[in-house]
Amino acid sequence: MALVEIDHVTKRYDHLEVISDFSLDIEEHEVICLIGPSGCGKSTLLRCVNRLEEISSGEIRIHGDRITGPGVDLDRLRRDIGIVFQGYNLFPHMTVLENTILAPTKVLGMSRREAEEKAMAFLERIALTHKANDYPDRLSGGQQQRVAIVRALMMEPMLLLLDEITSALDPELVSEVLDIVRDLAAGGMTMILATHEMGFAREVADRICFLQAGKVYEQGPPADILGNPQGERTQAFLRSLRKAGRL
Amino acid sequence: MTDHIILVSQDEAGRAAEWRARRSTKTYRGRASFTLMLSALTCLVVAASAQHIGSYAVSQGVSPVAASLPGMIAALVAALVLVMAASAFLKSLAAGRQEDVHTARLLGDEASTRSWKALAWTGALLIVTAGAWFMVVNDAAVSRTFFDLVLIRDSAGKVLRAFGTNILIFSVSAVLILVWALVIALARTLPGAAGRPLRVLAIAYGDLFRGLPAIITIYLIGFGLPLTNLPFLSDLSSTSYAIIALTLTYGAYTSEIYRAGIEGVHHSQVAAARSLGLSHVKTMRYVVVPLAVRNIIPPLMNNCISLQKDTALVAIIGAIDAFNQAKIIAANNFNLSAVTTVAILFIAVTIPQARIVDKLSERDRRRMRAGG
Ligand SMILES: Nc1ncnc2c1ncn2[C@@H]1O[C@H](COP(=O)(O)OP(=O)(O)O)[C@@H](O)[C@H]1O
Ligand SMILES: [Mg+2]
Repeated sequence: MALVEIDHVTKRYDHLEVISDFSLDIEEHEVICLIGPSGCGKSTLLRCVNRLEEISSGEIRIHGDRITGPGVDLDRLRRDIGIVFQGYNLFPHMTVLENTILAPTKVLGMSRREAEEKAMAFLERIALTHKANDYPDRLSGGQQQRVAIVRALMMEPMLLLLDEITSALDPELVSEVLDIVRDLAAGGMTMILATHEMGFAREVADRICFLQAGKVYEQGPPADILGNPQGERTQAFLRSLRKAGRL
Repeated sequence: MTDHIILVSQDEAGRAAEWRARRSTKTYRGRASFTLMLSALTCLVVAASAQHIGSYAVSQGVSPVAASLPGMIAALVAALVLVMAASAFLKSLAAGRQEDVHTARLLGDEASTRSWKALAWTGALLIVTAGAWFMVVNDAAVSRTFFDLVLIRDSAGKVLRAFGTNILIFSVSAVLILVWALVIALARTLPGAAGRPLRVLAIAYGDLFRGLPAIITIYLIGFGLPLTNLPFLSDLSSTSYAIIALTLTYGAYTSEIYRAGIEGVHHSQVAAARSLGLSHVKTMRYVVVPLAVRNIIPPLMNNCISLQKDTALVAIIGAIDAFNQAKIIAANNFNLSAVTTVAILFIAVTIPQARIVDKLSERDRRRMRAGG
């Protein structure tokens, strides 16, 4: 059984149908990249999976268990699904360390000591121990985004959603963030990434889904989608990326 | 040809020559000469006023040194300003004569800056001089009524002691208000249909007490509660009634400030907190309220200053605060100088707070710029 089953999901804002009759299964340890033009619904889809947005119809299941509809313990659900945003969204009034230990201590009831030890181990892996007691404004964008990833990992999620996590970064900072994602993929983390980094998607993804108007327009292994796309829209999208020097 | 948005002329040398031909140098002659005239006039006015007011003060028994010192300082400043204006005018003349464009621009720029400075100083001097005249006209009626130094000195002790009441009322109600207003603000931002009854109640409270003038609330509570014969509530001191009334009034205002702060926290921060599994309450407690409070420190402190001043309103329910005490002294002496003491006290405690607000908000602004 797939880890995540997105089953005929539709999401409307008033009359605008952002996700329409969308179905996708994600296996455990799978890395899926969502690509597609801006506004095609990548962020919305990710936010529906951890229910930051409510879907209008259809259902989403995790391990076969329905997580949409009333009565689902959202706080419980979100403990197990990490999300990292394009704009990092670190809490500006907390230090790096405080950002990372907030949820483990306040949600899981972990002791402060234990949480700090765990956080420092993570920070060591991303070479940021020296920034542990700094506020986010003292960090570069790349460093902030790495901390945001650690903050999500502190909850030991079974699924990680990454929403264009390098889009706000200067080009030379992109790789330090992607290195972590590469490491996570190698470690077997199940991930859904919305991304514009085609080179990275080709390397790390098990499957690439090209989204168009809230639907999966074409999907398959990276080599097929990026090397030999079948659909007209996919070809046009990749052509425009190539023109802009992004592919 | 048609695939260019704009076609730029190929005659580069011609365009460069045209550009250079159009350059000009501003000498600011008009501003400099006006400033020179005005500052010369000001110099005369200040000197004459200093002379007149100084000799009047001496005739009233002020020591000659104390009487002439302010006038001499003012005259000196006026002379310096005149020098500044003159130098601006000279720079402007030099700028006009100068052949080299860059030097001329430099001179013109200095002429302009100095003229503005001299003008600003001239304005300030004229205002101060007018103030000095206001104090001494009509046989120094203004000074006598408001600034009777002897009476100020003699009444200072009593007024200062009564000011303790103001400080007590202020400190207790400030703490109560900060807590009470947060409760109201949280009630107003409760989510969902379940939160509605409390939301509505909070809105009604806010509307009621923001509409009521503070002085009426104080009057109603200070004179009304004792008449109710309710246990405990009917036999409090007038200071306690003042604290209750001010807390109710300012709680309504302050809750609006909190609410603006809470709603001003960017929704991405809430999304980040919720996505980590924090509940609504924990998100409020650890993320939204701490961020909101930082954003609203300036308006909160301004409210605080305003509260401090409104402690003087308790005089109407007979609490012997500094203002009431001063009014008694003023009535006995047919002179308002004791009230001036109160005014000075209020100002003296307010100014440091205003500076603290500036410092705090500057520090937090720097920190909040990141994160988003
Ligand atoms: N809160 C909202 N209200 C109304 N429309 C929205 C809202 N959020 C997103 N949309 C719309 O949904 C569409 C998909 O947005 P999004 O999921 O952010 O696209 P992507 O991440 O692929 O660029 C866009 O057309 C956007 O304008
Ligand atoms: Mg997006």
